[in-house]
Amino acid sequence: MFDQLLQQIVNSLLIGSVYSLVAIGLTLIWGVMNIINFAHGDFLMIGMFIAFWMYTLYGIDPLLSIPLCAAGLFLLGYLVYRFIVSKVMGGPGLAQLVVTFGVSIFLANFAVMLWTPDFRLIDHPLLSGTWMIGAVPLSIPKFAASLGSVIVSAAVVLFLRKTKTGKAILATEMNRDSALLMGINTDRVNALSFGIGSALVGIAGAFLSMYYYIYPQVGGLFGLISFCIVAFGGFGSIEGAFLAGIVIGFVQTLGGYFFDPAYKYAIVFMVYLITVWIRPQGLLG
Amino acid sequence: MRTFTSRQVSVSAVVLVLLLFFPLVARGSFPMHVMIMLFMFAMMGVAWNIMGGYAGMFSFGQVAFFGIGAYTSSYLLVTHHISPWIGIFVGGILAALTAAAIGIPCSNLRGHYFAIASIAFGEIVRIQFNNWKLIGAAEGLTLPMLPESFANFMFHSSKAPYYYIILGFLLAALIVCYLVATSKMGFYFRAIKESHEVAKVLGINFVHYRLMAIMISAFLTAMAGTFYAQYILYLDPESVLILPISVQIVLVAMLGGAGSVIGPVIGAAILIPVSEITRVMLGHKGTGIDMMVYGTLIMLISVYQPQGVWGLLSSIGRRAR
Amino acid sequence: MSALCLEVAGITKRFGGLLANDAISFAAHDGEIVSIIGPNGAGKSTLFSCITGFYPPNAGTVRFRGQDITRLGADRICKLGIARTFQIVQIITDMTVLENVMTGAFLRHARNGAARARAEEVLRFTGLIDKQHMAATALTIADKKRLEVSMALATGPTLLMLDEAMAGLTPVELKDMIVLIRQVRNSGVTLVIVEHVMEAVMELSDRVIVINSGRKIVEGPPAEVVRNPEVIQAYLGERYHAGR
Repeated sequence: MFDQLLQQIVNSLLIGSVYSLVAIGLTLIWGVMNIINFAHGDFLMIGMFIAFWMYTLYGIDPLLSIPLCAAGLFLLGYLVYRFIVSKVMGGPGLAQLVVTFGVSIFLANFAVMLWTPDFRLIDHPLLSGTWMIGAVPLSIPKFAASLGSVIVSAAVVLFLRKTKTGKAILATEMNRDSALLMGINTDRVNALSFGIGSALVGIAGAFLSMYYYIYPQVGGLFGLISFCIVAFGGFGSIEGAFLAGIVIGFVQTLGGYFFDPAYKYAIVFMVYLITVWIRPQGLLG
Repeated sequence: MRTFTSRQVSVSAVVLVLLLFFPLVARGSFPMHVMIMLFMFAMMGVAWNIMGGYAGMFSFGQVAFFGIGAYTSSYLLVTHHISPWIGIFVGGILAALTAAAIGIPCSNLRGHYFAIASIAFGEIVRIQFNNWKLIGAAEGLTLPMLPESFANFMFHSSKAPYYYIILGFLLAALIVCYLVATSKMGFYFRAIKESHEVAKVLGINFVHYRLMAIMISAFLTAMAGTFYAQYILYLDPESVLILPISVQIVLVAMLGGAGSVIGPVIGAAILIPVSEITRVMLGHKGTGIDMMVYGTLIMLISVYQPQGVWGLLSSIGRRAR
Repeated sequence: MSALCLEVAGITKRFGGLLANDAISFAAHDGEIVSIIGPNGAGKSTLFSCITGFYPPNAGTVRFRGQDITRLGADRICKLGIARTFQIVQIITDMTVLENVMTGAFLRHARNGAARARAEEVLRFTGLIDKQHMAATALTIADKKRLEVSMALATGPTLLMLDEAMAGLTPVELKDMIVLIRQVRNSGVTLVIVEHVMEAVMELSDRVIVINSGRKIVEGPPAEVVRNPEVIQAYLGERYHAGR
């Protein structure tokens, strides 16, 4: 019984840390330019497919594909910003909300067109198998994914706090107008943030591809959950997104375990709605 | 918007007459189907507009009310043999009550925050219905094939009666929207959209009025759901409770012009035929190309005509005078 | 002395460590124009927000015509008869001038026609009637302030609280606004105004209340208050006072 509970806690941390990485990418974009990227989940899907095809066509393990996924998604994010999102920045808020829905629908169906809706799996990744921690099985690829996510998250926080570019991003996030006055090129910061945020979710995709099913619609639910995580953690707060990712990992896993696995996502959404009622600005917002 | 120009009245009259004669000249059931879907989405766009375009609550969860309406009347019909004409009101009321229940925790949310909460709400409803044995869960609910009649709200030999019914519903929704827009409620909605400070300082209880907006919107959307159930005769959560339907409703209102009474009708008139036709022409092989076109359309609309077509048309009209 | 319109007693408001209002008390009688002045950051707007239900005060009471309104919400307070304006003009941007004022008028006039008639009446009073169909955003800043006052008047208040209504006005616009405020008082509305522009304060006020660092330091007729050494010191600092 205790072992079962421990298993659930382990699972919570495992999925939670990957959620955190996905959410950090989203909150960066949100915090800097106040745009929700509804295609964020689909960016994750593209990252997963990049890793899959690198493995299937060239035998490259997902872990080694990380730089490519990061670079590929950075480019995708940059292009989406430059040619689509930047054009709605000055317009009505509704258009800003809706435009990335268009990107999302386009990308998901682009994937269907190129790769069919079939489910794929990477069957022999470098890291596979299970460690036993007492009586609790710990999946090695999941552990690697989760450890990797934490490391990358920490690296992002360091980048934002310690580098000049990172600080420019944080400054723009805190106050656009002041950042402009200080000579920070906010358009470039926007593009960079969109790129970095997308690169992060690309890396998460590479991690997930080690053990998760890969298919065009996989981004849907991940995307929705990441929005809730970001709102739960407090828009624009990197630390909040990290914390919230872990918490939601727990809510989902324990909720599914104690109530009904079929309802685990509904429980996540419910917890989100309750939090937003009591504390609209989120945990650390 | 409040007083109609004689030109607007005459154009509307002509359009209405054309629409009334359309079923007599339409060839085949596909054009009729497109028009029926057009009217249905236009109606839901008008309903969305009441809470979104006027009161500033951008809901991406309208599909929940659509589904509640569809399932309520259908469940009452299948299990208790209650007429859909009664079921449609029960569905509407249930949707309105659900709207009030979700509206209270969300009463302080604005913009993006409200949008995400509405999506979460829609998903909760979908997941619930997907697991609810009472109404068929994931297998869905099939409506009984009753003899064709108006009382049964069921027609098998022709789509024309459905066409006229949904057109009637749409006109009713437009009248409701017009009455709201030109009344104290409409003005208060627009004040709430501006800011909570402005609303408070003018003595408006914004929680109360936000709830009113959501409830009216939910009721009308649920009516469309019942119509859909009676038209298609089969419901399942993956068809009637999915996010893309909510997005389509928002698009219809946005493309036409959020914040105007007639906007969603124009938006539906453009968007629905395009999406239905691309689906038929490009979508049957399951390649997803039709949806790629749809996604591209969304991006183009958002970038190049975010204020909607109505704004464009009325400014042309003004300049022409 | 005429009846007591507004009675503010011991209002205290804290924001975290900052004591914005420290036990401020004052009263306004029917038909008076009371001005609240003080250096920037003294806590004047916070006081307004505490009185009108936008912030709940940490301590103290507010009585309006004998009724305790301290814990009431802003919209309830408006219904009881207190209207206010803001430092940053709050108008409804996608409406016309007339529609803005109608929105205020709907508080006491439920029907569209009655609200419109009342709004037109108010616009004639404030001199904006010729601009009634203009988009609210197209107005000059002076006219926007006038519009905000019109919206407030349309709610039918007995007490009107203006927050820096004169800020940003040219000398001519200033004179017009002073005239308008007098007209408002003459129509039977009591006024409590926060002001920086001393010319307006001197011309309009029956009484002046000076706030500095969250505390009321002086109260009295305008001529007395401006000569008060504490007041001069508060505005201009030690050195200036010592130099006199």
